[in-house]
Amino acid sequence: MTKIDTSGPEQVPPTPSHTVGPFYGYALPFRGGEDIAPLGHPDTVTVHGYVLDGAGEPLPDALVEVWGPRPDGTVPKADGSLRRDPATGGHLGRNGVEFTGWGRIQTDADGHWYARTLRPGARGGSAPYLSVCVFARGLLVHLFTRIYLPDDETALAGDPLLTRVGDRRGTLIAGTEGTGLYRFDIRLQGEGETVFLEYQ
Amino acid sequence: MALTQQDIDLEIAAERAAYEKRVADGAPVEHHPRRDYVPYRSSVLRHPRQPLVAIDTGADPELVELHSPAFGERDLTGIDNDLTRQHTGEPIGERITVSGRLLDRDGRPVRRQLIEIWQANSAGRYAHQREQHDAPLDPNFTGVGRTLTDAEGRYRFTTVQPGPYPWRNHVNAWRPAHIHFSVFGTAFTQRLVTQMYFPNDPLFPYDPILQSVTDDAARQRLVASYDHSLSVPEFSLGYRWDIVLDGPAATWTEEGR
Repeated sequence: MTKIDTSGPEQVPPTPSHTVGPFYGYALPFRGGEDIAPLGHPDTVTVHGYVLDGAGEPLPDALVEVWGPRPDGTVPKADGSLRRDPATGGHLGRNGVEFTGWGRIQTDADGHWYARTLRPGARGGSAPYLSVCVFARGLLVHLFTRIYLPDDETALAGDPLLTRVGDRRGTLIAGTEGTGLYRFDIRLQGEGETVFLEYQ
Repeated sequence: MALTQQDIDLEIAAERAAYEKRVADGAPVEHHPRRDYVPYRSSVLRHPRQPLVAIDTGADPELVELHSPAFGERDLTGIDNDLTRQHTGEPIGERITVSGRLLDRDGRPVRRQLIEIWQANSAGRYAHQREQHDAPLDPNFTGVGRTLTDAEGRYRFTTVQPGPYPWRNHVNAWRPAHIHFSVFGTAFTQRLVTQMYFPNDPLFPYDPILQSVTDDAARQRLVASYDHSLSVPEFSLGYRWDIVLDGPAATWTEEGR
């Protein structure tokens, strides 16, 4: 039996956030970070897009982390996203069959990123979504957002967050580009600015 | 006209004064930097202008963000927490031991969770291709490490003291020596990337990144303490730095354990 307790007074002041800076590229990205889905899994989806600044310029040095549930809505408990090779000290990456639900992708020189993962299932009262955390040079505190997939309009219409954000909801819903292929741009500032979230 | 340290100093002072006025007027203490912090020029086009949308996690305990990705022994090698042993030779620099505890805001330890670090070498140079600072690279030092916290939330790294280095925010801009930390909690909401500094660094007042934390007490929490009990005889100097993660978490209690 599992019990969740989210009560309790906040007592200890937190460690402040800082920017990830420009030089994390040899430290945080790992082999296969974007290939989260087990090989050949029928529920695989690909989400891709750009991370853009307030001038509409793509960021070649943003880091995107994606975290989502399995297609049945359960939360993955498997480790092994960034398996290491004790022989070489390098990265082995995932083992190809287990689903950890989490991936990390650095945008490329064009500011583009993609993730291949499993189609998330619904949890609680929300429509299915992938949780996203964005880091970048210049971003002093990371930003959370969500990628909702566009296929189930009834579920999207009933989602508590999407109903609250009004005409900005489109920034949270990926566009369809093909079977299982979706487009999701992250606009840090300005016109079409992505809805970013804070958890309380 | 080139931006000088004096220009940045004035902006830093103005941001501090604005923060102190907000607090004096009854606004809450700010533990984190504002994303919109002009003295750090890279922030100007990279922060949202719209307010963040609050998610009440108490209203829906099923949110996937209340869970964290899992990491385990497979995600490490035995020497990943010793940055001085990753090459055939010894890196140049003062060896240090950095250790502390990973806690949540209730003071509970975060167990078996991933901490990743990266840093410049002792000359202040990152092993990154785009790093142009003409300090020497060290063939025996990459500057990347990772570990899992233990059952009490403790972590420990062996590395060398990183050097300060110049950057191009303004003329004669220098970053105080620091180690980058990337940390997971029991919930994805608690995700943290930050930087640990060393005590009494004379560069602190000039650095717009550190000063982006405008609250004095909060800024102090980014600075490690020298801890003689962590120093290893004939080997390394010890620094203690505890990390407290912000953000709500679901507390999982398995009955019968």
